[in-house]
Amino acid sequence: MGRASVFIWSDEVLRGIMDEFSSWDVLRNLLLSVPWTLLLSVIAFIGGTAIGLLLLVLRIWKPATAGWFISWYVQLFQGTPLLMQLFLTYFGLGIIGIDTTPLMAATLCLSLYSSAYLTETWHGCVVSIPRGQWDASASLALSLNEQLRHVIFPQALRLSIPPTVGLVVQIIKNTSLASIIGFIELTRTGQIITNITLSPFFVYGTVALIYFVICLSCSTLGRSLERKFSFQQ
Amino acid sequence: MKVIPSQRLLEISNLHKWFGENEVLKGVTLNVDRSEVICIIGKSGSGKSTLLRCINGLEIFQSGEILVKDKPVKCNDAVALRALRQGVGVVFQSFNLFPTMTAGKNVMLAPKLVKHKTIFECHEIAKKLLKQVGLEDKFDSYPNELSGGQQQRVAIARALAMNPEIILCDEITSALDPELVGEVLRVIEDLAKDGVTLILVTHEMHFAKKVSDRVIFMHNGKVHEMGHPNEIFSSPQTQELKIFLSMTESIQ
Amino acid sequence: MSKFDFSSVLIAWPLFIDGLWLTCLLTIVSSVLGTILGIICAWIIVNGNKITKLFLQSYVEIFRNTPFIIQIFFIYFGLASIGLKMDAISASLVGLTLNLGAYACEICRAGLMATPRGQIEAAESLALARWQVFLYVMVPPALARVWPALVSQLVIMMLATSVCSQISAEELSYEASFIAGNTFRNFESFVIVTAAYLVLAIFERKLLLWAGPRFLFGQMKF
Repeated sequence: MGRASVFIWSDEVLRGIMDEFSSWDVLRNLLLSVPWTLLLSVIAFIGGTAIGLLLLVLRIWKPATAGWFISWYVQLFQGTPLLMQLFLTYFGLGIIGIDTTPLMAATLCLSLYSSAYLTETWHGCVVSIPRGQWDASASLALSLNEQLRHVIFPQALRLSIPPTVGLVVQIIKNTSLASIIGFIELTRTGQIITNITLSPFFVYGTVALIYFVICLSCSTLGRSLERKFSFQQ
Repeated sequence: MKVIPSQRLLEISNLHKWFGENEVLKGVTLNVDRSEVICIIGKSGSGKSTLLRCINGLEIFQSGEILVKDKPVKCNDAVALRALRQGVGVVFQSFNLFPTMTAGKNVMLAPKLVKHKTIFECHEIAKKLLKQVGLEDKFDSYPNELSGGQQQRVAIARALAMNPEIILCDEITSALDPELVGEVLRVIEDLAKDGVTLILVTHEMHFAKKVSDRVIFMHNGKVHEMGHPNEIFSSPQTQELKIFLSMTESIQ
Repeated sequence: MSKFDFSSVLIAWPLFIDGLWLTCLLTIVSSVLGTILGIICAWIIVNGNKITKLFLQSYVEIFRNTPFIIQIFFIYFGLASIGLKMDAISASLVGLTLNLGAYACEICRAGLMATPRGQIEAAESLALARWQVFLYVMVPPALARVWPALVSQLVIMMLATSVCSQISAEELSYEASFIAGNTFRNFESFVIVTAAYLVLAIFERKLLLWAGPRFLFGQMKF
């Protein structure tokens, strides 16, 4: 479907209707690309969560062996630009011999990138739970599994909602960089339409507005989620 | 021609203050002369600290008047408050030293920023004052390296750096461990001997008896009884004061 | 491993140095200006009148809820189309500064609001003016409180300079793409540059965490 989008937005086709590109057309075409942004965001979040949770559990189970590996993993993704990571994933996959599309490379890279931030944040939430909770649950003869499942994770979950929502917003904003490796989402569409209409002020302004609405909605949703969870004390 | 400084430094007339619906000061009248040492005692909630904080404008009062050196305290006038506060120093219960500055820098800050003295002058003032409070070797120490008593003595030096004519002390030993109280009170005693005008809110009855010229007992937002420490402590006139003294004596 | 050919890329090391230089320049200038902007905005939001407060809060929300690439596209291309032209480096600096300013404002505001009331009262009782209380008594401890969070944000901004390559600012990422395009050694070129960024990020974090307490604010333990 990604490739089909490239065809639809080819320059020749669009130049033909250049003169009739009204403001409404701009908005409509931008909004049509929003589902791609959201798709990439959702996949990256799901992928990031899966990997992140795995790393989190690994870190708690075997802190000695897994610990340094995971901190290097996190350091790598937090200490290098996402743009470079995207390029490396895209060209790296090609070198391994995998014929990759921008969507594939973007999803893989963003999932790994998000997993690093998510696991670090969640680990911070687990670690911030007072020692007393661990002591009390251990004194009740709970196994590590049971401790985590019934005492630690529920509390950590509540603590983790605000920062996780923040990371979701970050993921949505980061999808904009996928445009650079050719994935057609909101930012790339904005660039294409700007080239046609030659009105970057209006087009990029509108793009910014659309991102703003999406991100702000997420933050607001997150806040009500936070309230719902804290109510269930 | 030598200008004779005025004798009456503080005049409080019929001061009323409300915290919302709650009237905390219900008509306080009080005068303080130069070089007097006044101790204000009373149980918590009697308005002692609030009264002190009204004097230098940290609390806003709704009616009545406060004259400091014949100038009225205007709570809304930032310029007037700054001028007032150059002549009124405060030492707080929780010291409130600035944590990112050394003891010396704490003392040097106000003379530099408000009186625009040179760094060298400020340094000399700070050294002299820290020596006066017995902390000359702690000039470069940070507040978190000092004990409570030492921090409070630095706070006193900081207040003295502006050369104020009145110093207000708001329960300055209440937050200290008992063994550290003495060193702070000794400094205050020396100040009293030097003729500094002091108004102290305190629970240290022995100290009040020893050092003050006048003791004021506050009850329910008013000056309930006032007099020489000998009269107040040995022969209290009102019932409330008798009860208060018996309660504090049983603790001490 | 014979697939990789780093030598043909490393020959172009002067270009990498040029890019590195611009990256450092962009980082340092925008870090200083952005932090100052953030502190001033935090002060105004806490103390200012309603209209400026609303304006600044909107600025902060807009810059925190839109992607950086769109922000610099808007500044570089969008503003130029309505008459406000600037070169790539200036547009990058404006974008980086405004972006950091928004994040720094939120971070510093949290730090400033945690100032104990007693500190402010003590400073006011010493007859300090409002701006003196802010600058000398409120800001240093606030910075000490939020320093780790602020340093993290500064490192994020340094990494964000890579996006400025998209408006042809010739910093490190731009040079990486340029060399990749010329040598057809995409992977090697980007690996070298990514490694450089990693070293920069580690170095910047260590340097700032060390320098903050030494030069910006005194030691302060909690």
